[in-house]
Amino acid sequence: MATPAPIARRVRGLSDRAIAWAFIAPAITLLLAINIFPLLWAIYLSFTNYRANRPNAVVEGVGLRNYERVLTDPDIWQAMQTTAHFVFWTIVLQTVIGFALAYLIDRKFRGHAFWTTVILIPMMLSPAVVGNFWRFLYEPQIGLFAYAASMVTGIPTSEIRMLGDVTLAPWAIIIVDTWMWTPYVMLICLAGLRSIPDYIYEAAEVDRASGWRQFWSITVPMALPFIMLAVLFRGIENFKMFDMVTLLTGGGPGSVTEVASITLKRTAFESWATGRASAFAIILFVAVFGLANIYVKALNKVKQR
Amino acid sequence: MSSANTAHSVVAPSHTSKRVAGTIVIVYALITLIPLVWIFLTSIKSPPDSISYPPKIVFTPTLEGYCNLFTTRTRQTPDYIVALPEPTSTCDEVTRKRNMVIAGPSNFLPRFVNSLVIAFGSTFLAVFLGTLAAYGFSRFKVPLADDLLFFILSTRMMPPIAVAIPIYLMYRELGLSDTALGMILLYTAVNVSLAVWLLKGFIDEIPREYEEAAMIDGYTRLQAFRKVVLPQATTGIAATAIFCLIFAWNEYAFAALLTSGQAQTAPPFIPTIIGEGGQDWPAVAAGTTIFLVPILVFTILLRKQLLRGITFGAVRK
Repeated sequence: MATPAPIARRVRGLSDRAIAWAFIAPAITLLLAINIFPLLWAIYLSFTNYRANRPNAVVEGVGLRNYERVLTDPDIWQAMQTTAHFVFWTIVLQTVIGFALAYLIDRKFRGHAFWTTVILIPMMLSPAVVGNFWRFLYEPQIGLFAYAASMVTGIPTSEIRMLGDVTLAPWAIIIVDTWMWTPYVMLICLAGLRSIPDYIYEAAEVDRASGWRQFWSITVPMALPFIMLAVLFRGIENFKMFDMVTLLTGGGPGSVTEVASITLKRTAFESWATGRASAFAIILFVAVFGLANIYVKALNKVKQR
Repeated sequence: MSSANTAHSVVAPSHTSKRVAGTIVIVYALITLIPLVWIFLTSIKSPPDSISYPPKIVFTPTLEGYCNLFTTRTRQTPDYIVALPEPTSTCDEVTRKRNMVIAGPSNFLPRFVNSLVIAFGSTFLAVFLGTLAAYGFSRFKVPLADDLLFFILSTRMMPPIAVAIPIYLMYRELGLSDTALGMILLYTAVNVSLAVWLLKGFIDEIPREYEEAAMIDGYTRLQAFRKVVLPQATTGIAATAIFCLIFAWNEYAFAALLTSGQAQTAPPFIPTIIGEGGQDWPAVAAGTTIFLVPILVFTILLRKQLLRGITFGAVRK
């Protein structure tokens, strides 16, 4: 919608067109310099044998060899599986608990606004700093978590080695992530539940639809776009997961919790295989971007229903 | 949200269902608060109390953790300590009880100051650039506007480590490695995408008739922007600023990879706090407490805008 002609004619100073560009250009320039230029550089590096710890060595083009090595590397496929396991379970747990909480909060009991704010606190905190403290809670002998788990299960605390045990460590990370991000899903689901107009329930009531039936044929479908939005955001974030895992387990024990970002960090900043790491980074970026795009399309379809 | 304040007619939840729902939610809230309460309690425990079994809930509070957080200490012989003049502070006293003397300040304060400088610097820049761009996108016909907006959002989808590799090389060339300026520019770039999306939503909600009326009264477009739009957008700008601030404050991956000394922020520093024989948990807890308190305050201030912030303005309630 353009400014109506009579007004536009009277405007002094810069033209709207000039202002529009003057306003938008600085932000775009910054993004080009700090996001796009580095991305292009990474694409270039991914076709070379460059190593960041040997800046003076001769850089040679290696064609697609880096991509080939990344895609055939069993360690990387293992890391992708670990990431998928982590993303899948955190999404399942956070969606189920988050939606249930939102549903309960939507009963509007006394003090629900206050308790909603309390529940939201964990998601605002630094995953690194809080994740680091969870290491203390998980300590087998002295940690509060091990103590509580031992009281519930009867297993001695020294055997509850959440971060040191191969089967427990992935779950230790899933628990912290769920603790932290369930509120996020809850908040979005709550908005979804509140967007359902009352008259729909009233009509269902008139038709004598049971509570169960109303839940499955009104509440869930109408809140679905919101749930999917929450899943999209959490999925992207957890696919990139780095800080919390680094501080909790550093990828260990062995490499059972080594998610993609940690493998990437090791390739880039420990093995200094910059070219190969760049190829892996591009593959990851394309994967997130591609999956997100497919998901957004699905989301839009659900919204249109 | 038409249903917020109007009573449901036939569909109001019954009293029992409200009470059950309330109880479950409150129990959940209390359980999720335990780790945070434990951080605070650990910060006021002595090191032996902090690692006792079973975990202590009743103990004599001490400032030892906070003292250890801000100082470095050296071990001395009891004879040496007896010979010292009277302690001049609580921390002196606490430290001497462990047969140690304060050797000097720790790195916590400079790291905390780095966090403040980098978080506030990048927030100011991101909100400044974001407000201009959001106004541009909201009010003018920008060619390829949708593509540009999507491009802005997509920069946020990149895994931080993937971005960090070329940034690391670029900063090394430009001399920006381990500098506050480098971190400010990087966080600004990450936050600008959030700022543009959020602020565009807020500015879209301000009727353009206001500016048009002002321009009929003789304001230029820029004057109308400054004197009409900006005051109307204050709440949105403040909320956006807090979101940017929280991101920059909490960020770990870039900080850990791109800073090592000079410009290191608190998140990569806090996990490295060690005492004799391993992690000094009361000191770590003290650092964590000091680090988290500002965020708690902001969360409470922001509670009405949270939904909008975390969904990039996609859900507005």
